[in-house]
Amino acid sequence: MRTLLSAFSLTALTVGFLTATSAQAQTVQISGAGATFAAPLLQRWFDAYNRTVDPTVQVSYQSVGSGAGLEQVINGTVDFGASEAPFSGARLESFRAKYGYDPLQLPLAGGAIEFAYNLPGIEDGELILKRKTYCGIVTGEITRWDDIRIKAENPGIANKLPPLDITWVHRSDGSGTTFVFTNHIRTVCPNWTAGAGTSVEWPVGIGAQGNEGVAATIKQEPGAIGYVNQSYAKLEKMATARLENKAGNIVEFSTEAATSALDAPIPDDFALLVPDPEGPNDYPIVGLFWVMLYREYPDQQKLTKLVEALKWTQGPEGQAITKELDYIPMPEAVIQRIFAELDSITVNPNAVR
Amino acid sequence: MTSAATGYGSPPNPDIDVDIEKKASLSRAVDVGFVRLTLALAGFAGIILIWVILQTTEAALPAIQQFGLGFLVTTRWNPVENIYGVLPQIYGSLVTSLVALIFAIPLGIGTAIFLTEGFAPKWVTAPIGFAVELIVAIPSVVLGLWGIFVLIPAVRPIFRAINQTLGWIPFLGGPAPRGPSLLIVAVVLGIMISPIIISITRSTFESLPRSLKEGALALGATRWETLLTVMIPAGLSGIVSSIMLALGRALGETMVAAMLSGNANRINISLMQPGSTITGLIASQFGEAGRLQVSALMYAGVVLMVLTLLVNIVAEIIIRKFQNLEQ
Repeated sequence: MRTLLSAFSLTALTVGFLTATSAQAQTVQISGAGATFAAPLLQRWFDAYNRTVDPTVQVSYQSVGSGAGLEQVINGTVDFGASEAPFSGARLESFRAKYGYDPLQLPLAGGAIEFAYNLPGIEDGELILKRKTYCGIVTGEITRWDDIRIKAENPGIANKLPPLDITWVHRSDGSGTTFVFTNHIRTVCPNWTAGAGTSVEWPVGIGAQGNEGVAATIKQEPGAIGYVNQSYAKLEKMATARLENKAGNIVEFSTEAATSALDAPIPDDFALLVPDPEGPNDYPIVGLFWVMLYREYPDQQKLTKLVEALKWTQGPEGQAITKELDYIPMPEAVIQRIFAELDSITVNPNAVR
Repeated sequence: MTSAATGYGSPPNPDIDVDIEKKASLSRAVDVGFVRLTLALAGFAGIILIWVILQTTEAALPAIQQFGLGFLVTTRWNPVENIYGVLPQIYGSLVTSLVALIFAIPLGIGTAIFLTEGFAPKWVTAPIGFAVELIVAIPSVVLGLWGIFVLIPAVRPIFRAINQTLGWIPFLGGPAPRGPSLLIVAVVLGIMISPIIISITRSTFESLPRSLKEGALALGATRWETLLTVMIPAGLSGIVSSIMLALGRALGETMVAAMLSGNANRINISLMQPGSTITGLIASQFGEAGRLQVSALMYAGVVLMVLTLLVNIVAEIIIRKFQNLEQ
């Protein structure tokens, strides 16, 4: 009896061990790191992919920030990176020096940025900001909500504009959102001297940590205005302004207006920046995020699974998630080019890491 | 040593002698081993410290070479043009920590006196002492969130009123206070560091010889006189070291500063206006920083380490002075 029992438990153990190892062997662990802006979408995509398409693919994405993500890509400690600003400058040179080729950067989705405000009595979409006005707010030239320039542009609510100081709220942490926003401001505001980057030297205002910090500061402070990702503005139900675009039309954010803004000729390296879209109905402040890939991977299985997963994100299920989370899906023509680039990645067992 | 003992001595019973020597050498080996172990452990702490300093300095080297000591007096932080200086952050770190001490010292010493000098029965002081120690366990990010969502809305009207009535004092002046400010950071830091002052001061008072207090009372001193002229002077070195520990903690606190200071890269004499601190700057910008920017942030870290070192040296000097006074 005793021997039978021990034999039985031994078999059970062996079977359990065998199934465990075979499952282990099939599972492909893919790691990525980078932009916080991209994190909700990437995590949701790969979670859905793991649950509904291929349970053996486990993608872990650390949202450590674009800069830290790019450094990890250069150091070869991740399989892909994500960033809202394309590779450039010293980092691009480091990458070229180490790997001998340019990084493969593929835009997977876009985002829009809105001005969110807290003005007692003024509802969502009621405030109109023309270019001169929002330039004046970010540079500190316009300091009051009852300024004659704001009143002139908002005849409908001119009497409701409160006699309050304008509190400009910006991100204090380095952020791709700030990069996209300042890239637009630099292009449209003649008096803007701070340039464009993931963190800049703000002439006025208070800095808050993260989208949630900006949202909290705006909500608590009557007279505050700041910039947040469109998806975050929607999530927090913040009042947002209608903006003047390059064509001189007043537009409200919509997925269509943002998609058409991103529908510009995309350069060969995909490093598309649209600081000031030109179409008559385009939403003016839009940007992309890219995944950064190597052109050679040492492991065939990992490469195949990674390419399959990335292609899926641009398919109907992936794009449904993109829209659901209020990111902007890529146009069809760009997706075809992304697929072609993904197919061009090769396997090289001796690839540098 | 052993060979000398066996060589020269002429023991009546060599077997016993050898046995004793064996025991002695064994216990001696244990002693020596223990001393070496503690030495190694102590050295390990020092090595880690030096290693961290070297690594940080090495990472900071490009910025040190480019900006030199001008880094300490420049007020610009411009990642786009790669111009960096941390004077506003040095100012912010020092001011928030010192103001936090102004809140925490009376609170800390007062609480410690209440808990040790028999003003209330044990069943009152024990839970308070326990609660004080639990404050230390609150994560600073939670205190930061509490600051944003509870403290700022609660104190804003008070700050506005102070600003309107006492705005002629430079520290309280400027435009009507908005949410985040150096003063808010200082208040939360004060809450965070008072438990350090309380617990160390409390154990200092508890470790003072009972005879001191009894003697003073026997000589006819009142409770006030005993407290002010005997107990506090006798415990002064403990109190001062608790204050210095608390100051070090306040200088190094990161999340609260990043979340509540407003992160404005400006030097503003008024505490009611936004500012920034070295730790807040590093925490905010590290993730997305460019190469030289990372180096400049490391340089800022080195500056903070040096600041903390200076604070500790000053503390050591002060403590020695007071110890001399006691003797």
